[in-house]
Amino acid sequence: MSFETIIDWGYIVASVLFIVGLKMMNSPETARKGNGLSAVGMLIAVVATLLVKGISFEWIAVGVVIGSAIGAVSAYKVKMTSMPEMVALFNGLGGLASLLVGWVEYHRHPDSPVGTMVAIYLAVLIGAVTFTGSVVAYSKLAETVLSGKPFLFRGQQIANGFLVAALVVLGVLVCVDPVNAYPYVIAAIVLSLVLGVMSVIPIGGADMPVVISLLNSYSGLAAAAAGFVILNKVLIVSGSLVGASGIILTQIMCKAMNRSLGHVLFSGFGAAPTAGAASGAGGEVSAVTAEDAFYVFESARSVVFVPGYGMAVAQAQHTVKELGMLLEANGCEVRFAIHPVAGRMPGHMNVLLAEADVPYEQLVEMDDINPIMPTVDLAVVIGANDVVNPSARDDETSPIYGMPIINVDHARTVYVLKRSMAAGFAGLENPLFFKQNVRMLFGDAKASIQAVVSQFKG
Amino acid sequence: MLIFIFVISIFLGVELIAKVPSQLHTPLMSGSNAISGITIVGALLATAGEPSTFATVMAVVAVAAATVNVVGGYLVTDRMLAMFHKRGGSGRR
Repeated sequence: MSFETIIDWGYIVASVLFIVGLKMMNSPETARKGNGLSAVGMLIAVVATLLVKGISFEWIAVGVVIGSAIGAVSAYKVKMTSMPEMVALFNGLGGLASLLVGWVEYHRHPDSPVGTMVAIYLAVLIGAVTFTGSVVAYSKLAETVLSGKPFLFRGQQIANGFLVAALVVLGVLVCVDPVNAYPYVIAAIVLSLVLGVMSVIPIGGADMPVVISLLNSYSGLAAAAAGFVILNKVLIVSGSLVGASGIILTQIMCKAMNRSLGHVLFSGFGAAPTAGAASGAGGEVSAVTAEDAFYVFESARSVVFVPGYGMAVAQAQHTVKELGMLLEANGCEVRFAIHPVAGRMPGHMNVLLAEADVPYEQLVEMDDINPIMPTVDLAVVIGANDVVNPSARDDETSPIYGMPIINVDHARTVYVLKRSMAAGFAGLENPLFFKQNVRMLFGDAKASIQAVVSQFKG
Repeated sequence: MLIFIFVISIFLGVELIAKVPSQLHTPLMSGSNAISGITIVGALLATAGEPSTFATVMAVVAVAAATVNVVGGYLVTDRMLAMFHKRGGSGRR
């Protein structure tokens, strides 16, 4: 058997392992094994590639050692709350790699046929947008250089329009006469890097789950484009699998926020404080102390916790889990209702609760909890706001009208744990707080839950 | 022919991913992110060819970036998935 045949078979096995691995992601029981299979597939693809003649092992070793060290250390160090930033960064690096692969190919073979040139151009363009877009998303999420606020300026969309038009023109020039197009390629790389920045800066922190999903899709498409550059099937298969995955997650996120993708990308939602739905509900809120809350917790037969990102910020998930166990020991049914956009990336809240040892059977999706909400004795909202805002359901003038919410107000009693009466991420008033069956438990979420836990133990 | 593979794979991806429950979406994303690091194959191949300092440096940077993506992506996904457990089962930290 020749080396070529072995390499081809290696790629086939790798592709199959990626597909099986993704399939096993359909249940928490098999997911870990699936991820392992996928990793084995990657190893096989890499080893097969090393059989290709002319590869420079010394240089590869340098890149692999550096890359593995950085990857492994960050994978073990990262906090679960920072997972979105981490995924954004990794995404960006994948994009960067595809950009460089396309560039090197052009550098070595500026005389490639038109088909290859189109692929090179796309790999470079998508790779560059993914790279800088992810870096901006990272700094927004980590709130290092940029704040989570949308950044808008006059003529932004026109500027973006010009960027895209320029990239199309450059693309045509590059493909028509590739040999003399080096300056155009460089210009296209620079413009694509700028486009990546420009397309993510106007997007607000609350919309980050959509952006991360979309960038995830781009990184896959960039890899697929790189596959067309070097005519490599395993890149095309895996790149498009990831591209599809990102597109689906993007759709799910948009649906969960009742927004179209175009609206998320271009509107700068939450940039200015929105008028409608302000105060309308009015009235007084009623507060409750942890001591009084304890008696309701003690007599409740079914409790539903509704966690938001605020719970993770307060690092309250471990205390909440402890309260959950005490409640169960008290004969109460405990569930956690998870809104699809709770947290800062799809499924983020589930990971945070899994980290706190909450068994996954207790985690319930929004569509499954809402019908039984009227039978729930006590709903406890921790660090969530907009995803339980009844305006989304009842008030047609509200900017979030139509967004599916968790109907906590249908429970018999609702406790809302909140630091103060400040508005949520989207800057909206929440009429939930003024409802008859709702009590506010002011203060640090972790301290409040801890106080209830101490009452149980004491 | 390559376009054929591309289109079929997109459809296959849609079918596969649509079945993933929402509670696994974060590990799905970091795991598929690791798969997109497959571009490492392109980066490895880019080190081959006539010697050129510029191309070699770029290829090595590409290898390093893709390796971070692959190694980090798979490890962090494994770390997350290890935390998911059933009632009574024990999760590894």
